[in-house]
Amino acid sequence: MSRELSYEAVMARKGEIMRTSVGIDYERYATGLLSFDYEGMLAGTGYDLETIRAIQDRTSVGNTPLVELRNLTALARSVSAPGKGARIFVKDEAANPSGSFKDRRASLSAHEAREKGYPGIAAATSGNYGAAVASQAAKAGLKCIIVQEAFDSRGIAQPEIAEKTRACEAYGAEVIRLSVGPELFYHFLIVLEETGFFNASLYTPYSILGIETLGHELSCQVREREGRFPDVVVATHAGGGNVTGTVRGLQKAGATDTRMVAASVDLAGLHMASDRDFNRKSFTTGHTGFSIPFSTWPDRADVPRNAARSLRYMDRFVTVTQGEVFYITQVLAEIEGMERGPAGNTSLVAAFALAQEMDEDRIIVVQETEYTGAGKHPLGQLNLAKEMGIRVERGDPVKNKPGEVIVIPEHPSQIRVAEVDLDRIRRSYIRNALRSLPPGEQPTGEDLAFLAAETKSTPNYVEEVIHGLGSEG
Amino acid sequence: MADYAAKDTWVEIHRVLLDKGERAPQVPQDTREVPLEMKVKGFLLHEAALGDEVEIVTVAGRKIQGTLSAVNPSYDHLFGSPIPELSTIGREVREILRQGRREAS
Repeated sequence: MSRELSYEAVMARKGEIMRTSVGIDYERYATGLLSFDYEGMLAGTGYDLETIRAIQDRTSVGNTPLVELRNLTALARSVSAPGKGARIFVKDEAANPSGSFKDRRASLSAHEAREKGYPGIAAATSGNYGAAVASQAAKAGLKCIIVQEAFDSRGIAQPEIAEKTRACEAYGAEVIRLSVGPELFYHFLIVLEETGFFNASLYTPYSILGIETLGHELSCQVREREGRFPDVVVATHAGGGNVTGTVRGLQKAGATDTRMVAASVDLAGLHMASDRDFNRKSFTTGHTGFSIPFSTWPDRADVPRNAARSLRYMDRFVTVTQGEVFYITQVLAEIEGMERGPAGNTSLVAAFALAQEMDEDRIIVVQETEYTGAGKHPLGQLNLAKEMGIRVERGDPVKNKPGEVIVIPEHPSQIRVAEVDLDRIRRSYIRNALRSLPPGEQPTGEDLAFLAAETKSTPNYVEEVIHGLGSEG
Repeated sequence: MADYAAKDTWVEIHRVLLDKGERAPQVPQDTREVPLEMKVKGFLLHEAALGDEVEIVTVAGRKIQGTLSAVNPSYDHLFGSPIPELSTIGREVREILRQGRREAS
């Protein structure tokens, strides 16, 4: 390979490498300066819900149990006002082959890669998704490479990522472990170019369509059991795929009145590309370091048009603290007999708090669990946190400060959610969209309608925001 | 861990991908001051000692060169010691549930 491998030279070839490795011509879906045909892009894959279900069924992905958490509901009711405390259910996605809902996202990419004759499949991911891609590649007989951000400059591995390294290698994948930094993407491009593998990006239409079955399944399971759809579904929110795919599935099942609440762990104050902060986060996903930037500008993803567009689909966005997630993880194990998470239990914390706002006969569904194991566990994370000089103590979780102190609640009544102002997120999204306009250009009518759909608002709202931005100078 | 490995042994290699001065412009200061490093495992293509420049073939079939950093590298991520701040949570919430049941009956 004689191509130049400097950072600048490789990044300059990004568009070409992505086109070849994903096999989608994103340009053909452009409809305005900003707008593009989102539904057309998803439909352009040729996979409808029934086909996807059949593909996932062949590798035992999906059809996971829906579990009513009766003891956790009773605990929520013990700290609720009389008559409050909705029934809490969880979709036990840990029952998927590699232990998380990410198998749904990987399944279609692996299928597509094999159908199109790619020699292998690759993904840049440090999370459960790596294990999912590796597992699906094993089933499809494809070679697999996973690129992880795995250790800091002192060589200290984040324990949850170390467990994912082991899992990927167990499924027969090559794992490229890198130190901290966004240049992981640079090396990923080199690997794609060198191997000609399919890029199982988290943000392609394949990845998002694969999650639709989750929303569809859970709404049908609730209706079958209870005769109606759930009132609220809570999803742990990072890059936006989980929220996007789940709501699309709910809608396809007819559950159009079900509200989606996105929940993230608050990691305010920690820098996502910092070598120093890397091992002070105690969470590798489901946190605001991903969810805020991806909500306000989804197209920061590796592909030109991100298929995960969470702002279109969320009705409410809340954050919870690190200490609350570790607390609920322990509670889930000890009163429900389910050892899961921890990161995936972010939405469970939110559900525990939100259930207390709702009447007893309402239904709230946490739409995922994930497998647990050495390193990928509160013990592994909190032991590392202590080694890094972070204090761990019992108290009111409002005193939790990422990177300094993890506060484990003393009582379930201390579990609450903090609201993320969706209006602020929408304004921020619109500001970012306008920045992407070619110099001197104004958004067209088509663009305004697109921005309204993107922000789950109206063209009037978009125009008002744009007007306000103009007067801000 | 052995410091010498025969051909075909499962090993890990280490390589610097970007030196300090070559980091991307957007990385924060602390990250810019350290190199971007890579560790990859595979089967050794020739006998070597730790610290030697070697070539491996990965399970995906790629041939890569780097410094031999570990022979048959172990998985050493752990659960570790129990965390006292978590140890009493089960007892506490079970007591709350017991009280709730008493009040209800």
